[in-house]
Amino acid sequence: MKILVPVKRVIDYNVKVRVKADESSVDLNNVKMSMNPFDEIAVEEALRLKEQGKATEVVVVSIGVKKSEEVLRTALAMGADRAILVEAADDVHTDIEPLAVAKLLAKVVAAEEPGLILAGKQAIDNDMNATGQMLAALLGWGQATSASKLELTDGTARVTREVDGGLQLVDVKMPAIITCDLRLNEPRYASLPNIMKAKRKPLQIISAAEYGVDAAPRLIVNKTVEPPQRAAGEILASVDALVSKLKEVGAV
Amino acid sequence: MSVLLVAEISGSQIGLDATAKALSAVAPLGPVTLLAAGEGADPAPLAALDGVAKVLHVDGAIYGHQMPETLSDLIVALAPEHTHIAAPATTAAKAVFPRVAALLDVMVITDVTKIESADTFERPIYAGNATQSVTSIDPIKVMTVRTAGFDAAPSAAAAPIDVIDPSAGSDLSQWVEDRVNESDRPELTSAGVVVSGGRGVGSEESFGIINALADTLNAAVGASRAAVDSGYAPNDMQVGQTGKVVAPDLYIACGISGAIQHLAGMKDSKIIVAINSDADAPIFQVADYGLVTDLFDAVPSLTEQLK
Ligand SMILES: Cc1cc2nc3c(=O)[nH]c(=O)nc-3n(C[C@H](O)[C@H](O)[C@H](O)COP(=O)(O)OP(=O)(O)OC[C@H]3O[C@@H](n4cnc5c(N)ncnc54)[C@H](O)[C@@H]3O)c2cc1C
Repeated sequence: MKILVPVKRVIDYNVKVRVKADESSVDLNNVKMSMNPFDEIAVEEALRLKEQGKATEVVVVSIGVKKSEEVLRTALAMGADRAILVEAADDVHTDIEPLAVAKLLAKVVAAEEPGLILAGKQAIDNDMNATGQMLAALLGWGQATSASKLELTDGTARVTREVDGGLQLVDVKMPAIITCDLRLNEPRYASLPNIMKAKRKPLQIISAAEYGVDAAPRLIVNKTVEPPQRAAGEILASVDALVSKLKEVGAV
Repeated sequence: MSVLLVAEISGSQIGLDATAKALSAVAPLGPVTLLAAGEGADPAPLAALDGVAKVLHVDGAIYGHQMPETLSDLIVALAPEHTHIAAPATTAAKAVFPRVAALLDVMVITDVTKIESADTFERPIYAGNATQSVTSIDPIKVMTVRTAGFDAAPSAAAAPIDVIDPSAGSDLSQWVEDRVNESDRPELTSAGVVVSGGRGVGSEESFGIINALADTLNAAVGASRAAVDSGYAPNDMQVGQTGKVVAPDLYIACGISGAIQHLAGMKDSKIIVAINSDADAPIFQVADYGLVTDLFDAVPSLTEQLK
């Protein structure tokens, strides 16, 4: 079975985010970019399934600017077999919407025919939490989001999902799309020899235009602003002082 | 214009608070039809919410667990009569709504924090480090509403309840089991006071001092990702970018450093108290009141004094 893992290049989660002066978006010039952390978890899970003999090939795909090659190389260095880059934008500030991404991925799925798609549950830039579900809808596949545990038996994926009330277990018919949450696994680091090896692994580049998908945005961004900042308050000397303060302001 | 609001229901359990908050968010958009899809749920409290024009009640085992494939088919079938389809941003809605949007060939708008007009919405991005205003050019707006910033619509006179037939169920996915953490404490996302513990709490056992303070204040208990990852607290207590978003009157963070991903879930609290032994912890930059001290001294003593 082939596993397809979509990965996104996003601002590194440690970077302090700044909004562009023209309020058009967050400033992505000269900031550290990395693989979306949830996608790393998806790659890791796919590799583990391959190591357990439950998958034969792990293919990673990214949709975005040319530079997204970097995150594909990272995935290859982690152990993925092959990569596909769908070039869909020239400017890193063009965030291709989940609907358009899902439509492009549906084309890749048609060509690759994977038995399972493992995706991150959300991208830490637009925080949409949508692409996996949208792709499942377009393909007519079953889905399980926010997975914290995954077991494959023939034709079925048993997924433990993190939900508002605790955990929920579901069985999804394969092929299926499963989106990965933080506690599914801890992604490995790529070793230096594997980083070197990854440079020679196949990476195919396709232009989004070739797929004939309308990727025009449906949500027009009016402005992007920084939210009001909280001012730092007082450091109090003792629990007594805290209790009096809380009483004074009517908080307790 | 007319709104289809999908009520939060899990089995027979209605999530009245989340639904009532989402209702007050979407009510300015037009008459609201509330969809109550569940198994054995009584729709009467939903029909009583102020601002509901009508309730569509559909009952059946296939709706017992909000399975996304089945529920999205039902919503899509009802979509043509509405300009807006909304739900509180629960984990169930987060699974269902993007699916609904893709089936309707529209873009989903998740975690809406403000409705500026019929087509323009505000939502947080980058873990709440930025807020974006977007205008949807799609014919139907499909969105989830982040309820923390809205007051619950009150109960008023009863709206009519129309019973509708179930649509066909999907067999793409099957519910197996819920592992729910039962608790007598208030629900995290609607509690007036939240006491949260982080890695600094050190163990599941010592989380007891966090629980004790919470019980004294009739508060809900929250946790950081590190505390959940380490097994000190269950996953449904996680507050943050990828956990729950809370905005209580009082949030007490104990042994939490204040990473941006944690702040994303609690920085709109009215009063924030931080207890942390490290004076440089970023949590103090957002806290109204801070104690730079060992939580193992401060928390029990705070509990004692507030009893
Ligand atoms: C994609 C992604 C999503 C994430 N989502 C979330 C999320 O939703 N929620 C979330 O919380 N995190 C999230 N995180 C993790 C986040 O980045 C931090 O790692 C996490 O919040 C740290 O938790 P903490 O503050 O408990 O632990 P630490 O950062 O380790 O802080 C522990 C604090 O406890 C203090 N301390 C230790 N002992 C004592 C003592 N005896 N008395 C007083 N203070 C003490 C220390 O001084 C320290 O400040 C996410 C990370 C990523 C990459």
